Amino acid sequence: MELEKINYDNKIVKAFIIATVTFGIIGMSVGLLAAIQLFYPLWNFDLQYTSFGRIRPLHTNAVVFAFVGNAMFVGIYYSMQRLLKARMFSDLLSWIHFWGWQLIILAAVITLPLGMTSSKEYAELEWPIDIAITIIWVVFGWNMIGTILRRREKHMYVAIWFYIATFVTVAVLHIVNSFAIPVTMFKSYSWYAGVQDALVQWWYGHNAVAFFLTTPFLGLMYYFLPKAANRPVYSYKLSIVHFWSLIFIYIWAGPHHLLYTSLPDWAQSLGVVFSIMLIAPSWGGMLNGLLTLRGAWDRVREDPVLKFMVVAVTAYGMATLEGPLLSLKNVNAIAHFTDWIIAHVHVGGLGWNGFLTFGMLYWVIPRMWGTKLYSTKLANLHFWVGTLGIMFYALPLYIAGVVQSLMWKEFTADGFLQYQNFLETTTQILPMYMLRAVGGSLYLTGVIIMAYNLIKTAYAGKFIANEEAEVAPMVKTVSSGGHWHHVLERKPVIFTVLALVAILIGGAIEMVPTFLIKSNIPTIASVKPYTPLELHGRDIYVREGCVGCHSQMVRPFRSEVQRYDPTNGEYSKAGEYVYDHPFYGAQTVPALTCNA
Amino acid sequence: MYKDILGDIDNIEIWPTISFVIFFLFFLILIWWVLKADKSFITEMSNKPFEDGIDTERREAIKSNEL
Repeated sequence: MELEKINYDNKIVKAFIIATVTFGIIGMSVGLLAAIQLFYPLWNFDLQYTSFGRIRPLHTNAVVFAFVGNAMFVGIYYSMQRLLKARMFSDLLSWIHFWGWQLIILAAVITLPLGMTSSKEYAELEWPIDIAITIIWVVFGWNMIGTILRRREKHMYVAIWFYIATFVTVAVLHIVNSFAIPVTMFKSYSWYAGVQDALVQWWYGHNAVAFFLTTPFLGLMYYFLPKAANRPVYSYKLSIVHFWSLIFIYIWAGPHHLLYTSLPDWAQSLGVVFSIMLIAPSWGGMLNGLLTLRGAWDRVREDPVLKFMVVAVTAYGMATLEGPLLSLKNVNAIAHFTDWIIAHVHVGGLGWNGFLTFGMLYWVIPRMWGTKLYSTKLANLHFWVGTLGIMFYALPLYIAGVVQSLMWKEFTADGFLQYQNFLETTTQILPMYMLRAVGGSLYLTGVIIMAYNLIKTAYAGKFIANEEAEVAPMVKTVSSGGHWHHVLERKPVIFTVLALVAILIGGAIEMVPTFLIKSNIPTIASVKPYTPLELHGRDIYVREGCVGCHSQMVRPFRSEVQRYDPTNGEYSKAGEYVYDHPFYGAQTVPALTCNA
Repeated sequence: MYKDILGDIDNIEIWPTISFVIFFLFFLILIWWVLKADKSFITEMSNKPFEDGIDTERREAIKSNEL
């Protein structure tokens, strides 16, 4: 058979690599600043633009969408071309995607410190930027599906399935969650209100973690881990079951962010059940990753790429066991609203996303520049500094979380709160906050060491902008018959539609009843629409990012009712929030509330 | 408006049950297929990351600065 000569586009991958490392350093530095502000308020610089409330969303947006987002595109653009034996569908679309994404990040960097925010978690950006995200995401998807349709490979490898699910689901999540009524160019109110808004926000928030931070990285794991270990994935059969069960189950688990809130009980229970079920596919995937290294564990001792990947997959396993456990109502009663949750997300973020990204970069850059890594010693140093960083970050916050929770719930013998003043818990955990900042500094130091090492590697080699490959052309005549799953893997459009159906069903069943059945939200006669003055106050609450720490939710616990409404003894009811666009109820400290 | 449209559908509450049954069956078929899948096909698929058409000898040569 005549072999066809093609070129893989490395230039676009290089651009995303530069963006990943740059925004990684910026995003983590902003995170470190926010961490220092919590024990050293002087670092707010007495400016509204750099206050904690505005810096925190800047940090989360920068690390999630700029660092992890760009890293995801590095991996997808590199691996997809090679797995499909085709250059990207259109270089123009690739570059529109790249620059569009960077401009969106720039818009976030400008608007968030200015207080232009919708205040919805991980979706703070205002409506014009939301529209830009939608357009650029469609460009990315168009380019991806176009490449898939032009492939010279009959079957799609499992990594591609994860990329497709990522594209489809993030599109649905972003559009549904961002529905808003614009009032000015940079101010809008959420389309949804009260607990319905809460449900939409955490259906989005939870699945942003699932389909922006997890599924694309599982795709990367299924490509880069076998490549780095130089052996195929442990079980391809397991990866098929992993994919379908993960995308189907993940989408249902969002309500576990709203346990003990005024969300209807049935919705909370649904979230708990599906969260527990999630352990199975998550651990299936983790074990599949780790077992890929069977017979190659001796190489883990020497190869920094494998070291990073092993810790990444292990962190994924830890975070996905901890997540379901935190969804149990009895564990949640202790852990929710405390720093335990911050530790949990950072085990995932620093360990899983960060370390997998670093492993991938150390593997990909020497290959793209046709050289060897500049210094294995420095990469090993990065590994140990980074690992220590994660430990110094997470462990103090676990302790802080338990201390907070126990102090909030402590009663005197006479039945009064032992620590009536909220500040007592805050001062108690200050040393833990300092240690956390040490952890963050270590982790950031590691990234800077990596940047130096990667730049030196690139200078030592010569960049291969277009990597030549010789591949067999796709033969069209054999595309009929075969087993149904074989057929499915050959039909990307049908595959995409099926993945879409799988995630829509979970989302719809979760939300439609809450939207339709009136008895889910009993009305309260005394709850009236906000006055202009009250609305103005709410706008300030939104602008200053108060929601970053303060929910407006009193849970039905004796300790919380006594702290926030000792005279009436009332906790929050769904009917109280019917005029709240958006709703607040899922942050760390339950303080500012209508009852208080 | 959408509330009226969806709310007017008869027996809408049975939809989640039907959906669940469809997906449960899908999983049963999936597991059955996976267990029975042709071994050579599975091996072929799991080797995909290693078949990118790039001349590995050339790459090694570049790495060791022979080219």
